[in-house]
Amino acid sequence: MSREILIARPDVASRNVAPAPPKMSIRHLDFHYGAFHALKDISLDVGERRVTAFIGPSGCGKSTLLRVLNRMYSLYPGQRATGEVTLNGEDLLGPGVDLNMLRAKVGMVFQKPTPFPMSIYDNVAFGVSLYEDLTPRQMDERVEWALTKAAIFDEVKDKLKQSGMALSGGQQQRLCIARAVAVQPEVVLFDEPTSALDPISTAKIEELIAELKSDYTIAIVTHNMQQAARVSDYTAYMYLGQLVEFGETDELFLKPRQKATEDYITGRFG
Amino acid sequence: MTDHTNKQFDADMEAIRTGVLTMGGLVEKQLARAIGALENEAGEGVMDAVGADERQINQMQVSIDHLCSQIIARRQPAAGDLRMVLTTVKITNDLERIGDEVKKIAYKAQSAESDKLVRVRFYDIVRAAGLAQRILRMALDAFARLDVNAAVEIVDFDDELDAAFGSILRQLISYMMEDPRTISASIEIVFMAKSIERIGDHAKNIAEAVVQAVKGTDVRHASAAAIRAEVAGP
Repeated sequence: MSREILIARPDVASRNVAPAPPKMSIRHLDFHYGAFHALKDISLDVGERRVTAFIGPSGCGKSTLLRVLNRMYSLYPGQRATGEVTLNGEDLLGPGVDLNMLRAKVGMVFQKPTPFPMSIYDNVAFGVSLYEDLTPRQMDERVEWALTKAAIFDEVKDKLKQSGMALSGGQQQRLCIARAVAVQPEVVLFDEPTSALDPISTAKIEELIAELKSDYTIAIVTHNMQQAARVSDYTAYMYLGQLVEFGETDELFLKPRQKATEDYITGRFG
Repeated sequence: MTDHTNKQFDADMEAIRTGVLTMGGLVEKQLARAIGALENEAGEGVMDAVGADERQINQMQVSIDHLCSQIIARRQPAAGDLRMVLTTVKITNDLERIGDEVKKIAYKAQSAESDKLVRVRFYDIVRAAGLAQRILRMALDAFARLDVNAAVEIVDFDDELDAAFGSILRQLISYMMEDPRTISASIEIVFMAKSIERIGDHAKNIAEAVVQAVKGTDVRHASAAAIRAEVAGP
């Protein structure tokens, strides 16, 4: 008889860890900022319609990895990635990739809310107008849809013509999320989305991430380990540019395989 | 294990650990008192002393559990820390229950009729109680050293204690059938034996909790062989 039969196992369903096909695949990825080797031989899959969190101390490379996923680094000279990163099986790192289309498919939300200095409506419509030719009526519908998706429509529906800069920090961040989802991306990257927000706004963003994952694949970088534990299905722990451990969040926070991971998540990090 | 970056976190974790060991020491002392009462004529003061021990044990359970709640609320422990906090709550519960069983034993020892049968039968009871005492000591040692191999041994010793209980029961049944006048005294002894057997069960729970704290696997309903395999694994 096997051990599985002899030992009672919890049968409560884990959050959402039914195996998902990989939306993005990273294989043997290395990244350099000039001479600095920032990512070393990273390989992992970002599961479709799952939330994958990246945690680790400052400088571990987690934000760098996120910036590779939509080639944000291409804006800067001297930064280069080698290895393989694919979206839907198609290579992202090659020279022939249309970066505008890539960033429409892989949206990003940053640490500090970055609304454009324009109206709430235009903040959302601007990106859409770059990629799609919609009638005014269709655009109205799209803006309302995106603001509703980002759980901010009820708060701004009567002031769509007012400046996006006049909103509170939490509202600005949700406006940025609306802007990211308005172009109907396949993947949304969150880089420390709540580190500048109060606990209530943070809870709203986390709730939003949980809702967005039914439609989108999400990758999130966070310094807040409890946040990673709360929102993600999979967690990757990185240190000094290397992937130390990658696994189901429930498993990683209860029984990590690596001592280095245990030390970090329990606050024993030097 | 490495220290936490936050030293107060270390101090809190150490406080629940020493709390459990202090509480365990108290339960051991209380059990020794009850066994003393079985071996000798129970004096008037035994119940008072055992009762005082029990009140102190209850108080410690409440205090340690409160500290565990505080750690969860304030520090959001994860992985090994989380398992240790959850384990501590389970262990204080088992220690408190052992305290209750000891009190029952002391009460029966004091109130048992001092007829010949009772005194003779006490011999087996004392032996079983000694085994329970040993198992409890091993469980507390396993916790103190987070020694999963010691925890596995306890499971075997608990089987021995269960066998001793079965044997006492069979002997008493034959006494009762031979001479129905011994029934009421025998029943008193059965209750004591049952309490001793329960102490072994609680000590086994503590051992299983240690395995969970260290290995992260819940072995509460596993066979001895499965626990051994789990402990031997990575």
